[in-house]
Amino acid sequence: MKACNNNTDPLLEVENLSIAFDTRRGILTAVDSISFNLVPGEILGVVGESGAGKSLTGTAIIGLLERPGHIAGGEIRFEGSRIDNLSREQMRRMRGKKIGAIFQDPLTSLNPLYTIERQLVETIQTHLDLNRAEARQRAIELLEEVGIPAPDKRIDHYPHQFSGGMRQRVVIALAICAQPKLVIADEPTTALDVSIQAQIIVLLKKMCREHGTAVILITHDMGVIAETCDRVAVMYSGRLAEIGPVRQVIGQPCHPYTQGLMGSIPAIGAKSERLTQIEGAMPRLLDIPSGCAFHPRCKEAMERCSSVRPEPIHYNDSEVACLLFEKGT
Amino acid sequence: MKDLKVENNTEPLLSVRGVKKHFNISSPFLNRILERKPTQYLKAVDGLDLDIPRGTTFSLVGESGCGKSTVAKLVVGLYKATKGQISFEGIDVTNMPAGKPLALRKRMQMIFQDPYASLNPRWRVRNIIAEPLRSFGLPGGRDEEDREVGRLLDLVGLSAKDGENFPHEFSGGQRQRISIARAIASKPDFLVCDEPTSALDVSVQAQILNLMKDLQNELGLTYLFISHDLAVVNFMSEWIGVMYLGRIVEVGLARHVFANPQHPYTQLLLDTIPDITMSRRDREPVAGEVPNPINPPSGCTFHPRCPFVNERCQSETPELKEGSSGVRVACHAVSEGRLSVVSAIRRSDV
Repeated sequence: MKACNNNTDPLLEVENLSIAFDTRRGILTAVDSISFNLVPGEILGVVGESGAGKSLTGTAIIGLLERPGHIAGGEIRFEGSRIDNLSREQMRRMRGKKIGAIFQDPLTSLNPLYTIERQLVETIQTHLDLNRAEARQRAIELLEEVGIPAPDKRIDHYPHQFSGGMRQRVVIALAICAQPKLVIADEPTTALDVSIQAQIIVLLKKMCREHGTAVILITHDMGVIAETCDRVAVMYSGRLAEIGPVRQVIGQPCHPYTQGLMGSIPAIGAKSERLTQIEGAMPRLLDIPSGCAFHPRCKEAMERCSSVRPEPIHYNDSEVACLLFEKGT
Repeated sequence: MKDLKVENNTEPLLSVRGVKKHFNISSPFLNRILERKPTQYLKAVDGLDLDIPRGTTFSLVGESGCGKSTVAKLVVGLYKATKGQISFEGIDVTNMPAGKPLALRKRMQMIFQDPYASLNPRWRVRNIIAEPLRSFGLPGGRDEEDREVGRLLDLVGLSAKDGENFPHEFSGGQRQRISIARAIASKPDFLVCDEPTSALDVSVQAQILNLMKDLQNELGLTYLFISHDLAVVNFMSEWIGVMYLGRIVEVGLARHVFANPQHPYTQLLLDTIPDITMSRRDREPVAGEVPNPINPPSGCTFHPRCPFVNERCQSETPELKEGSSGVRVACHAVSEGRLSVVSAIRRSDV
């Protein structure tokens, strides 16, 4: 484990955050009162299947939720002060300077009509007090740092002249150019080939270590989480199923959903005849089961699971939202 | 034992010999004349040999742009081969017009990657699955067709009444089940699966992979399985071929290739997949990216990224040669024994 400064104040606190969508067919609760903290320099992984609410949590933190989606409850605090109720303008100044973002598709995160230089310089000048020449110099240094060869020439190129992996490096340079304290990386390697994915993971880890940046890494790939994160949060149907140190969650998963998820991943090392499968599919947001959202698919479901919604319970170093781990059971 | 039997007794179900697929990507005729632009070819598949024994799964792996999907389309006849021969049960099917000979075509079917794009949104599932039955003239009347569709839906883990619904009413995993039902409707022997699970979540992927294995055991299917995910390939297949820029660089029994990867590219691929069991280890990723196939490097196309490169690699294209345990490898470093030391170290690590 990396020595994360456990005794410092949390950088980010998310408390009972709920995100809802008002639709004609009723209110959809896509994220349902989740809470977690992040200390400076920590990498937190967020995993879950599509529709689990992981990306929405990320977009809510950087204040990019779009109507009809809105924060329906709870608080997000950054360095001790609330950021979920800031105005658009206040939030805009915060983004990039304090909180950076990396998205899945590097081609759509860059403007195809502008050179890399223009996009980097614009971002740098928005957040830092530098003149154009200094900003360009800083941009070149950044490109060098993220491993782009011949940065002084490449900086004048357009996004289409870069390959997918190189584009993602440019996006990372953009995200860290104002030295934010927190970076939200939403599936940063999903669009890339495995050998490029490994390069980007190593780069993210290096950036995090050298600048002390905290990262929320949203992905569906347990392998990426295992290699990168300090802690991991497992989401199911908009709720946190389990959150804890990565070794523990992956090595000895507690929640039945996490166990099923881990079993369903084919591993290179072990050759098995069948994969563990979780029967059924994640419920639609309009009809989330009562009690524990996972109970209709759970092998260990008890009678109470269909009526009582489990609260997160401390178990070893993790927090597990499952009635199996209540005291005395 | 099983492998020996397959090799000795039966000829491979599908056999591909020296197949090439070059796409002409030249500028229009007038530009070539006036601006003296050259004719250009993209060599998507450049000399491919493979044999798929009956009842087994052969996987092709590689990164995007290596030509694995082109191979899938060549095999089922959606592309015409530029050169080479593809034979199915010993019958040459290269460049046959699509759908001909009918008797053979109904025995090869395909499952596509994106279950959202491969099902017609305006057709009921019943019709989607019945289409191959109708076009190959299989069932008798409407009743028989309904019974057959119901049976197929049942086989893939859906229910007969789902046939009345439209594709949008199903989740991604269920849609892929529908594609599988459609693919096995004409009772094929051979299925080409082009990344069938890469658009799905892991828990759904597990369901589909288990289903495909069950169907293989029940119906004796042979799969050509195309994927970029080595863990999935390891789970699914007996045979594996690793592709790089239109060529196979290593081919053999999957358990040998995974236990002892010989080609430097295979080693790189196996080394770079994030592994859930090796938590947070630091690795030195191999630098560089897949080169542009329009203008591939000379000699061995992997040489700019290869840690064992020498002068011969830069000028001479390596051929597939038999290495240890029957695995064939296209690498000068392996055939010259320059790599044996490294492989030995790797093996002792494991």
